[in-house]
Amino acid sequence: MSFSAVNILGTMPEIYLTFFGCILLILETMIPKEKRSWLAYFTIIALVFAMVASIGLNGKGLPLYSGLYIVDPFSNFFKIIIYIAAIITILFSLPYLDQEDIHLGEYYAFILFSVVGMMVMVSAGDLITLFLGIELMSLCFYVLVGLKRDDNRSVEASFKYFLLGSFTAAIFLFGISFLYGAAGTETISGLAGFISNPGTLKPMVMVGMILTLVGFTFKVSAVPFHMWTPDVYEGAPTVVTGFMATAGKIAAFAVFLRVFWVAFSGNRHDWDILIILVSILSMAVGNIVAIMQTNLKRMLAYSSIGHAGYALMALLLPNRESLFALLFYVFTYMFMTVGAFGVILMMRKKGVEGEEIEDFVGLSKRHPIAALVMLIFMFSLAGIPPFGGFLAKFYIFFAVVHAGYTWLAVVGIIFAAIGAYYYLKVVMAMYMKEPNGSVVFHSSLMGRIALALTAGTTVILGVYPAPFVAYIKSSLALFIP
Amino acid sequence: MVPLSWYVALSSFLFLIGLVGVLIRRNIVIVLLCIEIMLNAVNINFVAFSKYQHVIDAQIFVFFVITVAAAEVAIGLGIIIAIFRLRETINIDEFNILKL
Repeated sequence: MSFSAVNILGTMPEIYLTFFGCILLILETMIPKEKRSWLAYFTIIALVFAMVASIGLNGKGLPLYSGLYIVDPFSNFFKIIIYIAAIITILFSLPYLDQEDIHLGEYYAFILFSVVGMMVMVSAGDLITLFLGIELMSLCFYVLVGLKRDDNRSVEASFKYFLLGSFTAAIFLFGISFLYGAAGTETISGLAGFISNPGTLKPMVMVGMILTLVGFTFKVSAVPFHMWTPDVYEGAPTVVTGFMATAGKIAAFAVFLRVFWVAFSGNRHDWDILIILVSILSMAVGNIVAIMQTNLKRMLAYSSIGHAGYALMALLLPNRESLFALLFYVFTYMFMTVGAFGVILMMRKKGVEGEEIEDFVGLSKRHPIAALVMLIFMFSLAGIPPFGGFLAKFYIFFAVVHAGYTWLAVVGIIFAAIGAYYYLKVVMAMYMKEPNGSVVFHSSLMGRIALALTAGTTVILGVYPAPFVAYIKSSLALFIP
Repeated sequence: MVPLSWYVALSSFLFLIGLVGVLIRRNIVIVLLCIEIMLNAVNINFVAFSKYQHVIDAQIFVFFVITVAAAEVAIGLGIIIAIFRLRETINIDEFNILKL
């Protein structure tokens, strides 16, 4: 293996962030407790720095480290989304961490390390790199979920996530070992060549493919392997939930797409039925079980399962239109979901979060702007026209119809209509009932900036999507025929 | 030379032991060990395939898997200690605050 400087240069953003993460761990011991917010500013600067570096590398399409690592417009697009999600998360976390008494320097370091893990995932050109990225991200998340060490729910969520996460990691690895055993290579492009013509080793390839599919469906929380999602989303500190639900899931979608469209494109007709099944089940379970939830974080967890179902439909046919639809979907999904969790974490009642739906009753009378922002996110998640969520669903359903699965699009639209019910239930609670209880909306300057950013982008994505569409079109991957 | 199918049978058997152990055992430390058994079954698979394919990639992969498994155990035991301090139990069935 030749080891030239271009490899180092191409992975500069990852190297920066790892370095900054280590610096944060040292700084944390030197900075007095009341000045911890400096660490947040430092983290944001580090992320902006890495973002600039990533934008500088855009469009190169480089396979680095002998194909182990790929820096192309596709991976850069996902990296930008991950940076934005991380920055918004840090903006939300400032007063929240103090209120919950978990303001530790490690929090920022783990956010940065998990960002590095996601970057490795989206850039992976080889199953080794892919596995390392997934594990780096997951290990950071296990810790972040259990950050409230004295809170029963947080630790229990962390434990459940850890147990199920490492269990599926083992299953995923077992699948990789069979793929390697059949093909004799672990690079994604090398696998593609073998899988299009596996000969007598087809059963081995099928076992490998199904086991890796288990790993991916767990990471995107699609249905047969979604059981952890509501528990973990409810138990985790809300900033972490928002980050996991967006950045972690989006990075998982990126690798899912790369592996299935590049490595497994040769036997597309073996897996499309599995994807259809997973997608329909996710939409059904996500949207129907969400109706019964009283805890808003749990409801959003089921909603995110449903959204995974919609996004999975775009994986069915590898072409530019589906890819565009998926990228637009995850872009919009990131802003509206992280924003919705941001509103929840600012609702406080006597030292705890107001995360029940009844805490939102009559919010429009007391905090009209907060209610309006929540309304934007709920309408957008439900897919109601003037907002980004509508266009995202529209592109997905259009791509599915063009791929020849009109009936699947119809099923999706039916579940979207069912899903609108529970989002509107929240809006109804906020606008049509008289306020009761003692919940206050406690916002800081940073939080307000983040809310304005997310809500604003959600609206702009709906009414004037042209610049975003142009940007996403420019980052469609090189690997699409 | 031992045929490849023996190795695959061994690793599949170990993997199943781990899988069943995770599903039926109630002691969280035993469950953690069962996950380790699953990961080591994967390692056997990788080394055997690598030997028969005459490519060394997967043997390097094994080192990564061992490292990741060690990190996972470190974090897992940390979480188990945290949860034991709060609940004073290591029975999985008693971790049921979060549910539908």
